[in-house]
Amino acid sequence: MLEAIFLYEFLQNAFLTGILIGIIAPLLGAFIVVRRLSLIADALSHVTLSGIAASLYLSKTVPSLQGLNPLYLGMIFSVTGSLFIERLRTLYKHYQELAIPIILSGGIGIGVIFISLADGFTTDLFSYLFGSVSAVSRGDLYLIAAISIVVITVIFLLYKELFLLSFDEDHAKASGIPAKVIHFIFMVMVALVIAASMRIVGILLVSSLMTLPVAASIRIARGFKQTIGYSVLFGEISVIVGLVSAFYLDLAPGGTIVVTAILILLITIAMKKVKSSRHTEKAEV
Amino acid sequence: MEQNQTPIIKIENLNFRYDRERVLEDINLSIPKGAFLGIVGPNGSGKSTLLKLMLGLLKVKQGKIELFGTPQQKFRQWDRIGFVSQKANSFNTGFPATVDEVVASGLAKKAGLFKRISSKYRKDIQDAIESVGMTPFAERNIGELSGGQQQRVFIARALVSKPDVLILDEPTVGVDSKNVQNFYDMLDHLNTDLGITLLLVTHDIGSISSKVTHVACLNKHLHFHGRTEEFEQLKEGEMSSFYGHDVHFLNHEHH
Repeated sequence: MLEAIFLYEFLQNAFLTGILIGIIAPLLGAFIVVRRLSLIADALSHVTLSGIAASLYLSKTVPSLQGLNPLYLGMIFSVTGSLFIERLRTLYKHYQELAIPIILSGGIGIGVIFISLADGFTTDLFSYLFGSVSAVSRGDLYLIAAISIVVITVIFLLYKELFLLSFDEDHAKASGIPAKVIHFIFMVMVALVIAASMRIVGILLVSSLMTLPVAASIRIARGFKQTIGYSVLFGEISVIVGLVSAFYLDLAPGGTIVVTAILILLITIAMKKVKSSRHTEKAEV
Repeated sequence: MEQNQTPIIKIENLNFRYDRERVLEDINLSIPKGAFLGIVGPNGSGKSTLLKLMLGLLKVKQGKIELFGTPQQKFRQWDRIGFVSQKANSFNTGFPATVDEVVASGLAKKAGLFKRISSKYRKDIQDAIESVGMTPFAERNIGELSGGQQQRVFIARALVSKPDVLILDEPTVGVDSKNVQNFYDMLDHLNTDLGITLLLVTHDIGSISSKVTHVACLNKHLHFHGRTEEFEQLKEGEMSSFYGHDVHFLNHEHH
């Protein structure tokens, strides 16, 4: 495997990209989960799908757009979708979760139209849906590296504001923090990370990389920083184990990554069970 | 002596209405430095609205509120006012944050945008946790604590930026009855030993009267505003008419 990585550029691209999204997806995911926005990530990934489909259609029909990287349009759609969600959430104040099915079905609907216009599924689209080891280009890698730098820098700079906003939104507002602006920045980052991660895990499974490692981490972590630490660790393990097994078994990496993440989750749940049952034994003595 | 100093909070001729419903009428209130003021009133008496107006969460349209001598609209030193909301009781208890992290988050505004909470604040964080008696729990996740302990953590979070005044909205709602007295002892410690001005809003008129120095009774109008001794001399009959039912004073001093 190591030899192959040195030999083939496509493997380098896939692994470097994988390592990057293994950091940023769970990093942002920790905030998404504690803010109970997991489903929003799902909705946005479907909007990204419509962007990808639109791009694939355009590059097929408009000759000048032939070499266009679908990631760009995917990103634009995803960011626009995040703004729509916010708008809908204020519009339906008492039914905030309604924004999710509206955006989700809207995303798929538009996506399906473009897919049928482009004459159905292509292998290209399949790799966007379920991830791919071989389809990541150098251009993708550079774009995803840029997104990673932006996301990590923003989280580093706005950590305490994001923490406060997640823990206690009312208090954040009352203490004079520009909650609206920070929330907006946060949603844009979510949209960017979804667009970035989709190349490896695929649109349909992108939200899992943001939520499953965090779900496992919350079981065992003490404090929020540790939650982030474990989330990134579990995310990395899932991506690397998932990519290696996808390469050897010739499977779509989206599936292997998610299955690895679920295994980690089950292990942490089992661990906590063993631990707490020992605790109660001790207490009874 | 109190008259010579600028009051921490001064309210003059304040009126407020939501649409057509009048919530507050002609409120005049002044909180001297070092006071422990209890604002009591039944549910729906406009207590929370009054707090929101003080904190700038609602706009003052009629009347005047001054904070530290500055009109509230122009007031910017929000770190001088600590606020513990009633909602602190209903936060996400599964949130994976330690007591230390929650208290540190109270510095978010003071430390400034883009800056990290540096090590120079370490002692402030420890002191705040200490002042509410939560030091042994500093590394515990907030969700593992009891309601009363969580409320102490939220007070520490408000204290960490070293405010001059602490505003508490129904702080004993999530505290079980056994620990309510301990809780008020802790508030008393903050007031008398640390010199923090306290403003506490509650519907529970009985449990606070032994600790507070001043009382204000609110029910749309301000029915009484003065020192606790004067308040206790009021006839029960007068209080009943204010509350709309019988009120019994409980004396906690001899426990």
